[in-house]
Amino acid sequence: MLLRFVSDYVRYVLKGGTKFYAWMGALAVLIVGMLYVYWLQNTEGLIVTGMTSQIHDGLYLANLVFLVGVAAGAVTIVFPAYVYHHEGMHKVTVLGEMLAISAVIMVMMFVFAHMGRPDRLWHMIPPFGIYSFSSMLGWDVLVLNGYLFLNFVVGFWYLYSKYTGKPVNRKIFMPLVYVSIVWALSIHTVTAFLLATNPARPMWFHSMMPIRFIATAFAAGPALIIIAFLVIRKNTRFWIDDSAIKLLATIVTWCLGIAIFLTLSEIVVELYARTEHANGLYYLMFGLHGLTGLVPWFWGAVVLMLVSFVLLLMPSFRNDMNKLPIACALAFAGIWIEKGMGLVVPGFIPSPIGEVTEYFPTFVEWLMTLGIWAFGFFILTILLKGAIGILLGDIKYGASPSAAAH
Amino acid sequence: MVTESKRPDCGQPGSACSCAVPPASADPAVAAAADEAKPTRRSFLRSSGMLSMSSLMGTATLMAATGEAKAAVEWAEHFQKNYRLMTDQEKQEARVRLEKRYSQEYGKQVSVDTTPAQPGMLMGYALNIRKCIGCRRCVKACVEENNQSRGSRPGERIEWIQVLRMERGKFDPTKVDQGGYPEGLGIQVGGNAYTPAGQVLEGQYHYTPEKVPEADATYMPIACMQCEKPPCVKVCPVRTTYREADGPVVIDYNWCIGCKMCMNACPYWARRFNLTTPVLPKQDMNPVTHYLGNRPRMRGVVEKCHWCLQRTRHGRYPACVEVCPVGARKFGNLLDPESEVSKVLARKNVFRLKAELNTFPKFFYFYD
Repeated sequence: MLLRFVSDYVRYVLKGGTKFYAWMGALAVLIVGMLYVYWLQNTEGLIVTGMTSQIHDGLYLANLVFLVGVAAGAVTIVFPAYVYHHEGMHKVTVLGEMLAISAVIMVMMFVFAHMGRPDRLWHMIPPFGIYSFSSMLGWDVLVLNGYLFLNFVVGFWYLYSKYTGKPVNRKIFMPLVYVSIVWALSIHTVTAFLLATNPARPMWFHSMMPIRFIATAFAAGPALIIIAFLVIRKNTRFWIDDSAIKLLATIVTWCLGIAIFLTLSEIVVELYARTEHANGLYYLMFGLHGLTGLVPWFWGAVVLMLVSFVLLLMPSFRNDMNKLPIACALAFAGIWIEKGMGLVVPGFIPSPIGEVTEYFPTFVEWLMTLGIWAFGFFILTILLKGAIGILLGDIKYGASPSAAAH
Repeated sequence: MVTESKRPDCGQPGSACSCAVPPASADPAVAAAADEAKPTRRSFLRSSGMLSMSSLMGTATLMAATGEAKAAVEWAEHFQKNYRLMTDQEKQEARVRLEKRYSQEYGKQVSVDTTPAQPGMLMGYALNIRKCIGCRRCVKACVEENNQSRGSRPGERIEWIQVLRMERGKFDPTKVDQGGYPEGLGIQVGGNAYTPAGQVLEGQYHYTPEKVPEADATYMPIACMQCEKPPCVKVCPVRTTYREADGPVVIDYNWCIGCKMCMNACPYWARRFNLTTPVLPKQDMNPVTHYLGNRPRMRGVVEKCHWCLQRTRHGRYPACVEVCPVGARKFGNLLDPESEVSKVLARKNVFRLKAELNTFPKFFYFYD
């Protein structure tokens, strides 16, 4: 029966209209580009990127940090659905889990992209490699893989039960769901620790980082989910209740509000005293020693987040399903900058010995980033298509293949 | 003016120096095979590197590319264990493998020393900050001794020592009366008479004076502090960097995955990343190497100062100590009260850099 499930699933997701193939084809082109620059990075070395010994992490780590947040953001669907028994959410929980799977896969690809020797990855996997419990990166890899596993099991078990028509064994299923909820918090907390546990980098070294990460994650994650839901409503027969979207919009609004508040707190605390430890933030906001590479990024992020917050506060805007995605896109972009480039890069400026240099991502890095995002959307499209097919009953055990392909 | 009598020379109390150059390889096959097939090796490395997108794929290619013993060497090197977990037998094999490979690659007999830490030894370093004239001979000597990359592109030049030039600064009488800062809203924010004087760690290490020392500057050389509680070691996910029993923090370059977490963690900016295959001309390559020290590195791994293990494990001074024309640099055994560095700690005014971070450096600054 499991084999039938796999074959029915695969046959369903591979079929689609012109729009589907065009979308997947465009993504595939970017993925090929990514493979090329990956090959380049592993023959020439990371010298083809804009990274240096002073600023040795950039766009890749920025995207990694941001996407861990998107993955964790899926819990904003799972939590209301299973803990508050929200009707509209419960119908679509599995879509959130599919998003989490895609986001974690993207995170891992960014890990590979930023490593100097991805061919030696096995060095950190026992029994042939060594696992270090003192390393935050080790913990990050552990919790991310755990989260991938949990979401895969919970998501596909649910889909499989829909497919066969037999209900899940709730005695095992529900504990897994609760574990995955707590686990979602853990992945982003550990990622925050990864940066925040470095006293050598004053820009990162503060205990506000984990809560700030979670606040921004629970704004950016659901913002993307809302957009995805509206796309699904428009392009498939699957209907997602307004109640679910409105709850997500509320979550985005207030998590964004908290994120803005935390950013302002940091600015006041750092710039009032204005010690040398504030140099990173000062570089980000105003530039340092005449170098101002990130200043437009920072103020761009501030404008995006503030405008989005104000728009989301207006009922006429928030409740209009044609306008809502605009605010969501603004919030998503703003947080991508603030938490990615705006957090990672100033950690290196100035360097621990006071050297001020700048970082400019090269074409290789942009293509790699685009390609990994394309790969993520490629997987997401397949996963969502399959999940929706099952939820709609298009893929069902015993149904003839011709009926399955609508 | 160079009156420093304690120039690093051998036979000093505490240095236990016998001036024995570490033994070169005794393997006759090394010398015989030295001149063969250099270009194919290059291209072979390149083609194998291209395809090693994963360990398995990479090694499969290595095996397929050439059916020879060389492939087996690459295979063995790729799958060797973390240095600390190797048995003596495996260390020996790894050493012979590397000596063979390096000798072929650089066209001369290269030795890879594996001498372990000696009991009763804890290395320490002291630098007289008043004596340093900023000539940067130590930087140059370090690069030459330790086989650092010396290419022309940015990212191909790696130096482990930075000599920071600090402006002496001054107090400006014209600015004494609120020169710069406006007093907004009746709030006094301070004066502006103080132009950066003696500001720590805001100096720069690219300077081109007519001659050194310059009248308006002081110099502060920094490099790896060989911390007793190294933050870099704590964050390494594969434990490839660790503190050796005799003090220095070292890296097994063959085990490093290039995640760069140690570079995030280091408060002294002591670590460098090989952004590309290091540029090391054959004739400039120093053939006397140590496995955990100055042997040639590969693309994508991190490297740093290791206090010239290839010298210090045999009772010699690090290259920077030996070359310093003013005797500002002192090196020795912290466990030996008669060593130079112990005497400095006992008698001089000593400070550590960023001591508040509890890294406990074994690199001390002093002045007299």
